[in-house]
Amino acid sequence: MNQPREQEVPPRLALAHISKSFPGVKANEDISLSVRPGEIHALLGENGAGKSTLVKIIYGVQHADEGTISWDGETVSIPSPKAARRLGIGMVFQHFSLFDAMTVIENIALGLDEAVDREVLKARVAAILDSYSLPLDPERAVHTLSVGERQRIEIVRCLLQKPKLLIMDEPTSVLTPQEVERLFETLRQIASEGCAILYISHKLHEIKALCEAATILRGGRVVATCDPKLESTKRMAELMIGAELRQIEHKPGAGAGAVRLSVQDLSLAGEPPFGTDLEAVSFDARAGEILGIAGVAGNGQSELLTALSGERLASSPDAILLDGRPIGLHGAGQRRAAGLACVPEERNGHAAVPDFSLADNSILTARHRLPLAPLGFVARGDVLRFAQSVIQRFDVRTTGPGALARSLSGGNLQKFIMGREIGQQPAVLVVSQPTWGVDAGAAAAIRQELVDLAAKGSAVVVISQDLDELLELADRLCVLNEGRLSAPRAIASLGIDEIGLMMGGVHGAGESTGATHA
Amino acid sequence: MTSAILISILMTLVAASTPILLAALGELVVEKAGVLNLGVEGMMLTGAVAGFAVAYSSGSTTLGLIAALAAGVATAMIFAVLTLSLTANQVATGLALTIFGIGASSLIGAGFVGRTITRLGPVFPEALAGHPLLRAVFGHDIVVYLSLALVLAVSLFLRKTRPGLVLRAVGENDASAHAIGYPVIAIRYGAIAFGGALAGLGGAYFSLALTPMWADRLTAGRGWIALALVVFAAWRPGRLLLGAYLFGAVMTLELQAKAAGITWLAPELLAMAPYLATIAVLTMMSLGRKTGRLDAPACLGKPFSAS
Ligand SMILES: Nc1ncnc2c1ncn2[C@@H]1O[C@H](COP(=O)(O)OP(=O)(O)O)[C@@H](O)[C@H]1O
Ligand SMILES: [Mg+2]
Repeated sequence: MNQPREQEVPPRLALAHISKSFPGVKANEDISLSVRPGEIHALLGENGAGKSTLVKIIYGVQHADEGTISWDGETVSIPSPKAARRLGIGMVFQHFSLFDAMTVIENIALGLDEAVDREVLKARVAAILDSYSLPLDPERAVHTLSVGERQRIEIVRCLLQKPKLLIMDEPTSVLTPQEVERLFETLRQIASEGCAILYISHKLHEIKALCEAATILRGGRVVATCDPKLESTKRMAELMIGAELRQIEHKPGAGAGAVRLSVQDLSLAGEPPFGTDLEAVSFDARAGEILGIAGVAGNGQSELLTALSGERLASSPDAILLDGRPIGLHGAGQRRAAGLACVPEERNGHAAVPDFSLADNSILTARHRLPLAPLGFVARGDVLRFAQSVIQRFDVRTTGPGALARSLSGGNLQKFIMGREIGQQPAVLVVSQPTWGVDAGAAAAIRQELVDLAAKGSAVVVISQDLDELLELADRLCVLNEGRLSAPRAIASLGIDEIGLMMGGVHGAGESTGATHA
Repeated sequence: MTSAILISILMTLVAASTPILLAALGELVVEKAGVLNLGVEGMMLTGAVAGFAVAYSSGSTTLGLIAALAAGVATAMIFAVLTLSLTANQVATGLALTIFGIGASSLIGAGFVGRTITRLGPVFPEALAGHPLLRAVFGHDIVVYLSLALVLAVSLFLRKTRPGLVLRAVGENDASAHAIGYPVIAIRYGAIAFGGALAGLGGAYFSLALTPMWADRLTAGRGWIALALVVFAAWRPGRLLLGAYLFGAVMTLELQAKAAGITWLAPELLAMAPYLATIAVLTMMSLGRKTGRLDAPACLGKPFSAS
């Protein structure tokens, strides 16, 4: 059906021989691709493959050293995002361009080029939120929102501009299956109206479900183009990482060990003003098992993590037991020393100090269990060796232990942070969104390390919105919904539809019955 | 009789507050755009001397005020070029700017020391301001009314207008603003120029209205009080007005006490009062805050370079 159109209509967007270098890196090299109106085109590649750089060039944030861009058949130059938007290009950034102290509606207004009356804008936003079933309160300040909610602001910003080409840089990492399915319906609808979509994701099955063409990048070059509906996910992943994909080796029958972490009736008031109260959360995590905690962000996930990490204390020492010892009133440092390690969801600013080097960042959490700062003096040599070992073992792409945390891509920083914690051999590791925004190869490596850590006798608790990940990793699964934790169930007894509906119930149950994945 | 005294205290208070209010309002806009310019005192001094020199030579205080504005902007541009285009450290550059302003104003003002000019007079004719009560409303000079109008204008600009929203966005997250496509550097240049203009005007208020005579270091550290006032006001123009008048009141207190011959209270204690008031109010404000989030623009003082 598209065949005749392809001949007559010039591509909406055509890139020819685009190259872009940063000091020391060729981020893009001789990249050509074209997207027809109404086509959903996937851009696949590992962390650092140059996907974000390429779409930033299209959006005018960065400028190509060489090559040409044509738009509806005419060569154009895109000097700024404003020029891109004038052409009809909308983009959802991988790193959100949001202003924390401002409200949702102000953030949306800032994304528009022309001034729109506040009330008019509110009505338009409400209409979009409604028609795409996105729950979002326009008057809330952004710093009170979960990552998932923040992303919705970006999506609404783009949809308001009725774009002709929509670029989405890893948009679905934090959505529930229902929300992903709804987003896909939206995207298909937008595409059917003639808008082209350039879609970046690491989730290959999503690309199979959504996209009709794919360009695969590796090391800044195009290594293949394919029709994702016809290609196997395994084959695409291998093209992407340039090697055979590692399969996670699960040891069956795990979870029979002793209880290492026991949480009893943990209640905690939500962070004012919009947090979710934790209500009598109880669970056990056993040696050798991975306990998954599913749920949509904003249902008490960040409260649970800060309660476990010791950033906020429980009301009694017995609320949290580590290997039988009460630690409910221990602070974060004491808990780390005792063997409870936590990795929060936000990498830059919570898990790592953006302006510190990787080496300095490793001192911050690892000094409790490793002799990195004996008697309070930093053992520089040991610190560098530890950071270097993490970089090597977890294949962190960086210039070395001296690189600033902020200079790493999200996925690479996550690999480093996970490595830093796993390298300390904690008794219990609690991790939130371990592979958010991490490409398939690196995600598989991180998951394998979690499985291996559990196999060595630690208990691992994974808080995640990514059900596929939980189904792949966890031995038992519970759902955190409005601050209450369901009883854990063995993963074998659950289907993805069932969990999806439990999670999706938060935002109005029964809206979507077909929570199936393609 | 007592009402006449009260009115005269009020007039002194308003006059003492106005230069601080102007300089602080300019700095507030600068800081809202994410730039910390510690050179307020320096810009006030160059404004003060330029205003005096032009008013003295031309005999026109209006020309003097315009010259002060221009001198403030010119001094601010030194800061802007160094910190924005050459990404120099803002704190160090701001301090250097103050030292530069002190030196430059001494040099230019050397020939004017002790000279006098006619003081900037009230806007409205004497008839309107005859009665003491009317005088409290209509007896001020043009700069006082201008400063009040500017407080309102800046407040509306920041809260209600799109350019104001963009300016706040630049101060809140410069990288995001750049990614969306706002000209971060240009906006900051504009904010710094505005801050310089108001600081220059505030400085000239000393040499043209408060003491229509040139003396070295005429502003006597008021630029620093203006800086503190911005924090005190939690970056809100309305509170800034309140704070400036509070400072004015406390400063007048010292003079009034001296004039009234009160001896049992050491004048040094009264001179301390504005600073004690600042500490007290700041403490109360942070006690009252529930969210734990500071009101300071998140990118305040951080250098930005577009890559
Ligand atoms: N602003 C920049 N300055 C220097 N290097 C950069 C910059 N942006 C990206 N890079 C480098 O370019 C390469 C491609 O990065 P990116 O496009 O973000 O990859 P992807 O989005 O595929 O993960 C990486 O090696 C990254 O470190
Ligand atoms: Mg990327």
